[in-house]
Amino acid sequence: MLKNLCKKAFAKSIWVYHCNTGACNGCDIEILNILTPFYDVERFGIKLVASPRHADAMLISGAVTRPTLPLVKRAYDAIPDPKLVFAIGSCATGGGAWFDTYNVTGGADKVIPVNYYVPGCPPRPEALLFGVALALGLVEKEAAPIELKQMEFPIDMYERNEAWEKRNVIYELVK
Amino acid sequence: MWLTSKIKQILMVMKPGVVTLNYPFEPAPAPKSFRGQPTFDHHKCIGCGGCADHCPSRCILVRDVCQELRVMFYEGSRCTYCGRCADICPEEAITMDTNFQTACDDKDDITTRMELFMMACQRCGRCYEMENTNAIDRIDLKGFRYDNLEQRAFIRKNSETLSPQLLAETEQYARPTTKE
Repeated sequence: MLKNLCKKAFAKSIWVYHCNTGACNGCDIEILNILTPFYDVERFGIKLVASPRHADAMLISGAVTRPTLPLVKRAYDAIPDPKLVFAIGSCATGGGAWFDTYNVTGGADKVIPVNYYVPGCPPRPEALLFGVALALGLVEKEAAPIELKQMEFPIDMYERNEAWEKRNVIYELVK
Repeated sequence: MWLTSKIKQILMVMKPGVVTLNYPFEPAPAPKSFRGQPTFDHHKCIGCGGCADHCPSRCILVRDVCQELRVMFYEGSRCTYCGRCADICPEEAITMDTNFQTACDDKDDITTRMELFMMACQRCGRCYEMENTNAIDRIDLKGFRYDNLEQRAFIRKNSETLSPQLLAETEQYARPTTKE
């Protein structure tokens, strides 16, 4: 549903507001990198704007630190609806290595609702492009949760005793 | 004069042609030196928990469900891709792959859950006694278990059978806080 809404609402172009909430500038450099002619994100109509009031989407980089927390909320409120929020980098997606320190909120999703996550430390410019293309519906999502099991028990080991007892109940009834 | 300089400029621009990478429509594989997400080989892993000990962002979590099952949970959302786990792994079960297309709209999409079969001790079992000074404690896994620190007692409370109740108790990992 969100995807359809995005296609309708952001059919022409997304203007993004870049919000640094205590990042190390690694992600910021990559964000600026996708505006260069080599990656050229302006072919999708994406443009960096200075004010959140002009923007459709918000790129958050950095684990939201305590001093920036109220400012992030204000910037989010200033963006007109409908709005998209991208969390760029490990710090914004989950808090990075500082996810539980005293001065850090630990991820942008604890402060404001985040639509798309772009993990990476910093993410490649291609990864950022992939995230943007995902939001625009140009590509399919590739990431999926992985579950690995070293051994499948033919009989559930933990219920074997129980099964044995249940089997014996029949013989006890026969007696 | 200005015209010739303009023509010169145009020629200069024409020379390299189109430089833009046509990325989302054409694949652009990352170089081999690029370090992406760690991939886990569950056939090689022995469940020592060294990766959990050394992960700087504590995104590999270990949980002993019962005596035979150990669950390693990799939470990719806060991984910094430092490659420390791949360095430390004695069995080389962890490799860093070059996939960068991990953008998602749900944090659970970048997780890996690995269930390992841990052999139970066939002998006296003295090392596993419920004391504070046994052999296993001295080489303690100081890593970041789901149930570490505050709920450490739970590890001692291994259940004989897989109990969903105990599993649910440790589902939410939380660091201990001084205040409520």
